[in-house]
Amino acid sequence: MSAQAEPKQPPSSPVETGTAMTDLTKPVVAADGAGAPSAQPHGANRVEPKVTTTDVKVFYGSSEALHGIQTEIPANQVTALIGPSGCGKSTFLRCLNRMNDTIEGARVTGKILMDGEDIYDKSLDVVLLRARVGMVFQKPNPFPKSIFENIAYGPRIHGLAKSKGELADIVERSLKRAGLWDEVKDRLKEPGTGLSGGQQQRLCIARAIAVSPEVILMDEPCSALDPIATARIEELIDELRRNYTIVIVTHSMQQAARVSQKTCFFHLGDLVEEGDTDQIFTNPRDKRTQDYITGRFG
Amino acid sequence: MATGTADTTIGAARAASPTTQRVQATLARRRAAETRFRLIGLSAVILGIGLVALLFASILSRGLPAFWQATLTLEVYIDPEIVDVSPAPDAAAFDSQAAYEEAFLGWQTELARTNWGRVLRNALLAYLPPEAAESGRAVEGLIASNERFELRALIQEDPGLIGETITFQGLADANIDVWVKGNIDRSLPDDRLPLTSDQRAWVEILLEQGVLTQEFASSLLFNVDSRSSPASAGLAGAFVGSLFMMLIVIVLSVPIGVAAAIYLEEFAPRNRFTDLIEVNINNLAAVPSIVFGLLGAAVFINWFRLPLSAPLVGGLVLTLMTLPTVIIATRSTLRAIPPSIRQAAIGLGASRVQTVAHHVLPLAVPGILTGAIIGVAQALGETAPLLLIGMSAFVAQVPASPMDASTALPVQIYLWQGNELRNFFEARTSAAIIVLLALLLSLNTIAIILRKRFEKRW
Ligand SMILES: Nc1ncnc2c1ncn2[C@@H]1O[C@H](COP(=O)(O)OP(=O)(O)O)[C@@H](O)[C@H]1O
Ligand SMILES: [Mg+2]
Repeated sequence: MSAQAEPKQPPSSPVETGTAMTDLTKPVVAADGAGAPSAQPHGANRVEPKVTTTDVKVFYGSSEALHGIQTEIPANQVTALIGPSGCGKSTFLRCLNRMNDTIEGARVTGKILMDGEDIYDKSLDVVLLRARVGMVFQKPNPFPKSIFENIAYGPRIHGLAKSKGELADIVERSLKRAGLWDEVKDRLKEPGTGLSGGQQQRLCIARAIAVSPEVILMDEPCSALDPIATARIEELIDELRRNYTIVIVTHSMQQAARVSQKTCFFHLGDLVEEGDTDQIFTNPRDKRTQDYITGRFG
Repeated sequence: MATGTADTTIGAARAASPTTQRVQATLARRRAAETRFRLIGLSAVILGIGLVALLFASILSRGLPAFWQATLTLEVYIDPEIVDVSPAPDAAAFDSQAAYEEAFLGWQTELARTNWGRVLRNALLAYLPPEAAESGRAVEGLIASNERFELRALIQEDPGLIGETITFQGLADANIDVWVKGNIDRSLPDDRLPLTSDQRAWVEILLEQGVLTQEFASSLLFNVDSRSSPASAGLAGAFVGSLFMMLIVIVLSVPIGVAAAIYLEEFAPRNRFTDLIEVNINNLAAVPSIVFGLLGAAVFINWFRLPLSAPLVGGLVLTLMTLPTVIIATRSTLRAIPPSIRQAAIGLGASRVQTVAHHVLPLAVPGILTGAIIGVAQALGETAPLLLIGMSAFVAQVPASPMDASTALPVQIYLWQGNELRNFFEARTSAAIIVLLALLLSLNTIAIILRKRFEKRW
């Protein structure tokens, strides 16, 4: 149990052992791929996929919002989902932690594998899945409770801490990792809603980290924040990538370019193009991608 | 010259922008509409407050005097000649408990046979002119008939008082009270006055001697209803009956209503069936209360064979009536809680029940409390359904349990309002209304205090 509360892996170990076990034959490549020469132009990003989706369709009632999404989310990388409003980015993101289940009339078909395990399998407990896949929302939504309680809630309901001291450790570690500790360490008893917008969002990230998820989903986490707070979060995302697999929806091309290693471009419910972020932004293959990133529509 | 140029500049700008001109043309109309609306709203509020103030003023002015009642403070000689009873049996002197009880019962019967009225009459005569002794009945009529039993109870409590002179405070007859308060037209002909001319004269004498005074009428609060002695009719029975019903309503309608609302709002799928339930609950809230009375009579009394006039049945009927209010209020409170809180909890892996219990409910408590209190307050003031389940019966006892026959405060008000001793009961009815309002106000105060406590807005 306590191992689960530990941070995933030290940054030195290249890839997760969990995924490596499933396929030992594939060459293991460092996540940042520094100096690893490869014949392929996108070789740097050939990493074990954390999540694989096959023909994922989402229906809201009778209308189809996603038309068969096929992609891979590489482990210990930041994957950015971009695309014009209403193209289904949030819908896709919600498939990954089954938040769509909570939406009346929403239906998901297709296959989503996480570490080779079907997350829509009947035998899978959705509570466990959501403990493994954390989520950060567009608008910071701390609980109307103290800062401490905000972080402690997840570990508490999942029984991650055996004692009060252990719980306090988890809170401290999570806040430190979210870069919020120094700002709030003297006011843990104060309400989380009393923080600034940027601090609240980092609190929400800390709250997600506290249950030691493997994947963190972020739905436009900076859209309600000022540029300085945004920069803090982007830095944070870059740090978190060493321990977590991150999927981020963003409307800002610059942000996608800055923080992500892989980018998926969605358009009208289709995954139009995906690839290394560098490639997508410098050399998009699809006309629509090109138009979007050059700002011709969006 | 400078101003002239400025004017022309503005004029030119105006001419250049027809939009501005058009908007300005509408401004006066919009402002007038706004002023009109504000005035209408303000006058509505003033009218409302005015009516409430009028209501309170009229009830207070009529009801408050009833809390002070004509009372006789007499030096009563407990004459052993009249109170001719054997000494009270002593428990120690008997072999068995049963034998003692039998002897005690006999002694009680002796006390009951005693003419206590004569004891009181003699006490009164001491203050009155000697010729009053000839019309003993009229003298006895000055004091509320119930006081005989009060005196008896006093002596039964302490038999040592026999042969002593004690200071006894007893209520004057209801008609004396009305007369003293000036609520009887003194110019009426003699045969239409409730008091004889002798009695009227004696009242003056007693007033002069300070024997007849206005004292705080604790009997109004602590006595039960009485027909034979209207002066000592009190609200205790109705108050306790209402209290029992209130407890039953709170204990049943709040948990059931809140649970139903939570289920419908947070868990139930949206389909035909839940739509039907929703419509029905809303309709139920609009059903006239007397219909619930009929239902209660049919189901609880005819079918379940629960006793007539019992606060238990009243409480059940009022619970049925209150449930829709609680459910509707709770649902709207739940709906007002931002979904982002639920998403945050569910996103962390909290189950639905955990989400509701840990995050939604705590935020909803103030709203739920308000709804519950409104519902309970409505129930507390309800009369019609209670008439149909027999709670309008005359009950001269404080109910010891919710199964005992009882009446309720609003029903008591209704009963007193219809009493033939109008002059006296008019004030008493208003006093009962004051007690009911006080109960409702304290209920509301509790609600506000609880709300403030839970309303930790972060
Ligand atoms: N809860 C919902 N109910 C019905 N339709 C929805 C719901 N959420 C999203 N949609 C529809 O699904 C499509 C994709 O929406 P969304 O995933 O929110 O797009 P994005 O996040 O890329 O802006 C849109 O057409 C939207 O109208
Ligand atoms: Mg979105």
